Amino acid sequence: MSEIMIDIQDLSFARGSRLIFDRVNLQIPRGKVTAIMGPSGTGKTTLLKLIAGQLTPTHGKVLVDGLDVHQLVRVDLFNLRKRMGMLFQSGALLTDLSVFDNIALPLREHTQLPEAAIRSLVLMKLEAVGLRGASELMPSELSGGMSRRVALARAVALDPQMIFYDEPFAGQDPIGMGVLVRLIRNLNDAMGLTSVVVTHDVDEVLTIADHAVVLSGGRVIMSGSVEALRASQDPWVHQFIYGEADGPVAFHYPAQDYKQQLLAGVQ
Amino acid sequence: MRAQIEQVGAQFIALTSSFAQGFWFSLQLLWAVPSALLRVREWMRQLYFAGVLSLLIVMVAGFFVGMVLALQGYNILVSFNATEIVGQMVSLSLLRELGPVVAALLFAGRAGSALTAELGLMKSTEQLSALEMMGLDPVKRIFAPRFIAVLLALPMLAMLFSVMGILGGYLVAVPGLSVDDGAFWAQIQASVSWDEDVINSMIKSLVFAVTIGLVALFQGVQAMPTAEGVSRATTNTVVHSSLLVLGLDFVLTALMFN
Repeated sequence: MSEIMIDIQDLSFARGSRLIFDRVNLQIPRGKVTAIMGPSGTGKTTLLKLIAGQLTPTHGKVLVDGLDVHQLVRVDLFNLRKRMGMLFQSGALLTDLSVFDNIALPLREHTQLPEAAIRSLVLMKLEAVGLRGASELMPSELSGGMSRRVALARAVALDPQMIFYDEPFAGQDPIGMGVLVRLIRNLNDAMGLTSVVVTHDVDEVLTIADHAVVLSGGRVIMSGSVEALRASQDPWVHQFIYGEADGPVAFHYPAQDYKQQLLAGVQ
Repeated sequence: MRAQIEQVGAQFIALTSSFAQGFWFSLQLLWAVPSALLRVREWMRQLYFAGVLSLLIVMVAGFFVGMVLALQGYNILVSFNATEIVGQMVSLSLLRELGPVVAALLFAGRAGSALTAELGLMKSTEQLSALEMMGLDPVKRIFAPRFIAVLLALPMLAMLFSVMGILGGYLVAVPGLSVDDGAFWAQIQASVSWDEDVINSMIKSLVFAVTIGLVALFQGVQAMPTAEGVSRATTNTVVHSSLLVLGLDFVLTALMFN
């Protein structure tokens, strides 16, 4: 079995005339927690959608467990997705289904299990995220953190091989964030998953990540261990990891000369 | 000049692309309908939202339209001493035209816009993406049951609209304007044809249901995932559906009654 779960080769992707990725090469190791970081707007979520086959690259390919995602026919792509779990930023729970039914949905649709077995599995998944007591609630009755934990239970309902987290810590209070950080690590180890966490919460994610990738300007500017990332002398990486206001990513949006613009108003 | 030509070209490409997407979406949806028919619980639930919750507005509107028709009809027919055919006039107007058309317009405004808003919000909250990521096809799981509900709801609502209209017309004509009770019903019985009027009325409603269903679902799935995008898509559903219903009504009337 290859050590590489996801192999991104020479990937380019554009939205209209805007190039999001320019010949990106990236490998995501099997069985590890990989953090993909970068400033807002660098295309981190887009990268997840490209890996999951929800978007098609303009050039290059994405191999997931040896399968070229964008060459698969629809049925095979949907079969591959049964081996993937995705935690969306908003949770993306179906609002017309209860917490229980949201988690039961993939089990009911993709397995022939009797209802009693589905019930047990759902309760086990909910127990794992600490929300067994909330099984009868509707999504509108959950807090943001609870929604994400329910969505996490749903994402692992079919015991996937890999799981993608899209900004899992955004808008979380310190307790919710701590819970999610621990859950991501624990689930990865307990279920033998390959986890990909897209985030810009550097401090939190680096406490659990085995492998880190930094994206900026449509390119991978660093890929390696967390220790290597912290020790990096690359000005891009340094600015991002230590949250410096100015650097290669400029504080000022491009504008005409400051003095000239002020004087133009006076004249 | 060149910029204007480019702009016209870009608009033409956008329009063609939109038509192609709509056509492809319609094919996918129609293909998914047979398997979605087996999800009885799902489309019954949607039938409640699209049909049962539209009952009040459709029945009340039908009642008043029938009353107005009877009143206006009586005022004209009285000068020809032909007030006993007011029942015939009301029932044929409702069954042939006003029932299917006005029920469809009301349905587009109530259920069509609600469908678009629901799907637009599902898209903006990534619920549709989440289904795809679970290996579930949103066309089969979400769109097709709603489409089936629309196909079932509108013909029934249109028929109820006509029935309520005839009742409204009866109340105005018979107790209100002293038209003979027996003549009112006898004229309806003698003039309304099952094949030509009732069946054609149902066919019209079904065509309008297909139109509204496709427009509402397509607008929902194409909505930009923002508040403004959902709002625009909802408006588009009502405007496009209404215009298509009125245009198709002319075509169908020409085919059916000429």
